[in-house]
Amino acid sequence: MNTPAATHESTIDLKPLGPQHAAWVLRLADGSLVLSQRLSEWCGHGPVLEEDIAFTNIALDLLGQARLLYSHAGALEGQGRDEDAFAYWRDESEFRNPTLVELPNGDFGQSVLRAWAYVSWQCLVWGTLAKSRDTALAAIGAKSVKESRYHQEHLGNWVVRLGDGTEESHRRMQTALDYLWPYTSELFHLDAVETAAMDTGLAPGLDRIAEIWTANTNATLHSATLTVPAPTPFLATGRQGRHSEAMGYLLSEMQALARAHPGARW
Amino acid sequence: MYTQAMDIPEGNKAPLQSIEQGTASADFDARCAQGDFIEAKDWMPEQYRKTLVRQISQHAHSEIVGMLPEGNWVTRAPSLKRKAILLAKIQDEGGHGLYLYAAAETLGTSRDEMIEALHSGRAKYSSIFNYPTPTWADIGVIGWLVDGAAIMNQVPLCRCSYGPYARAMIRICREESFHQRQGFDLLHAMMQGTEAQRAMVQEAVNRWWWPVLMMFGPEDKDSQHSEQSAKWGIKRLSNDELRQKFVDAIVEQARVLGVTLPDPDLKWNAEHGHHDFGAINWQEFWNVVNGHGPLNKERLAARVQAWDDGAWVREAALAHANKQATRSVAA
Repeated sequence: MNTPAATHESTIDLKPLGPQHAAWVLRLADGSLVLSQRLSEWCGHGPVLEEDIAFTNIALDLLGQARLLYSHAGALEGQGRDEDAFAYWRDESEFRNPTLVELPNGDFGQSVLRAWAYVSWQCLVWGTLAKSRDTALAAIGAKSVKESRYHQEHLGNWVVRLGDGTEESHRRMQTALDYLWPYTSELFHLDAVETAAMDTGLAPGLDRIAEIWTANTNATLHSATLTVPAPTPFLATGRQGRHSEAMGYLLSEMQALARAHPGARW
Repeated sequence: MYTQAMDIPEGNKAPLQSIEQGTASADFDARCAQGDFIEAKDWMPEQYRKTLVRQISQHAHSEIVGMLPEGNWVTRAPSLKRKAILLAKIQDEGGHGLYLYAAAETLGTSRDEMIEALHSGRAKYSSIFNYPTPTWADIGVIGWLVDGAAIMNQVPLCRCSYGPYARAMIRICREESFHQRQGFDLLHAMMQGTEAQRAMVQEAVNRWWWPVLMMFGPEDKDSQHSEQSAKWGIKRLSNDELRQKFVDAIVEQARVLGVTLPDPDLKWNAEHGHHDFGAINWQEFWNVVNGHGPLNKERLAARVQAWDDGAWVREAALAHANKQATRSVAA
């Protein structure tokens, strides 16, 4: 989509690159927040203390990304919404995260695999932002890519350990992979919002990340001795605001206290 | 640190000693008296070793079990800022658990053995975590009062005789002080808020006040281990001294916060230069210590379930590591 954004070069941080700019940033923010929420459910319940700490740490990094992105989206939108307005006072259909990140945790292996698939995608997206015309977003990407690379490595090591561990762990991981993989196609689906992000120079090169992500993840899955599922025609629709049945429960839990006290400050 | 279990009788008796052991023991006692650090490879009385493993592992278990009542609210924190603070705090607690287990391992007991002792009910953790966190204000009160009481207990341990423990405590105390301030800040924000928020804080303070005073353990007259532990320099102030210091410090903080401490007998005693406070219900304390608190069974069951559910993960990690080792030998 072509936009008149070129006229706003000098104040590009706060002037949207077209009508879809804030919407695209919100997709990223929602993805980080919802995955953080799922990972934080593991607090105190991990298989070893080190992983309790690691999951909490990754959840915290993702939450930090979400907060920066929400603040940026609020500035772009210019309607006075802050991070909490986005997180606590939007309804389910207004959340634009990919369905993948909202799915229930399942066992530790499924949680690892899902988070790994998403952070591997994040690494590539942050990379494209280095050339973004939105310099504030480029800065968020530069900060986040360091975190996501570490998450990808840590979680990828677990994918390999569990895939190539015991018979039982292999079986569990293959089951999780078969379940989760159809949801990943949504990450690369080029709808109007994604196309606009490319066309306006917000996230140039977004169309090329599918290939790199597939090559990267296939290499790890190969090391994990797992079989990459064949593509299916299924396309998840979380980024369109049409979510899985799990999303309502996730938001009910996350938003309940804040919504029980309208106007309260915490 | 949670001194209560150190003061709970377990029937430990000092074993008979040989002449050589007697000399080493006198030497050891002299070093403790001088305030020297005992290190992992130094000779130490078996009873000292056992007492320290019990104390440090109990502290480690408390950090890990303590993640549960806080984890109970991390998915429902009412703002993203508070969610981030809570996540960071829980991560710190896990880290404290890690280095305390490591400190205890220097005494020759493995982490797996300590965890097995926890899961079988032989090892204790702080009873305070057997109380529930039904409201968000509980998260603030845990920071302000529970961590505040823990700091009172822990600061003297930074100078305790066992080096690895003392060094771990220095770092832990720094982080706990930060947690206490964050807890106070959380409550302060709520006290500046709506009537419902203020009521939530007061209700939480009412529930936690007495159990927190119990965290310092039985009164000195009923304490089993204090004398020996003081001689060894692994406990430097008595339960009652620490409790009194805590009450004196908290009264002023409660005033700033605008909450009432639920004790009609709490008042300044000019003659003693301290606050007097009401009688503690020690029956409740012993009930909770002996497994009859509000959540004893649930907390332990949650830990055991996490461990059991994670068995396949740990087995897989080990199997993969073994395969890798075999492959590198073959290559």
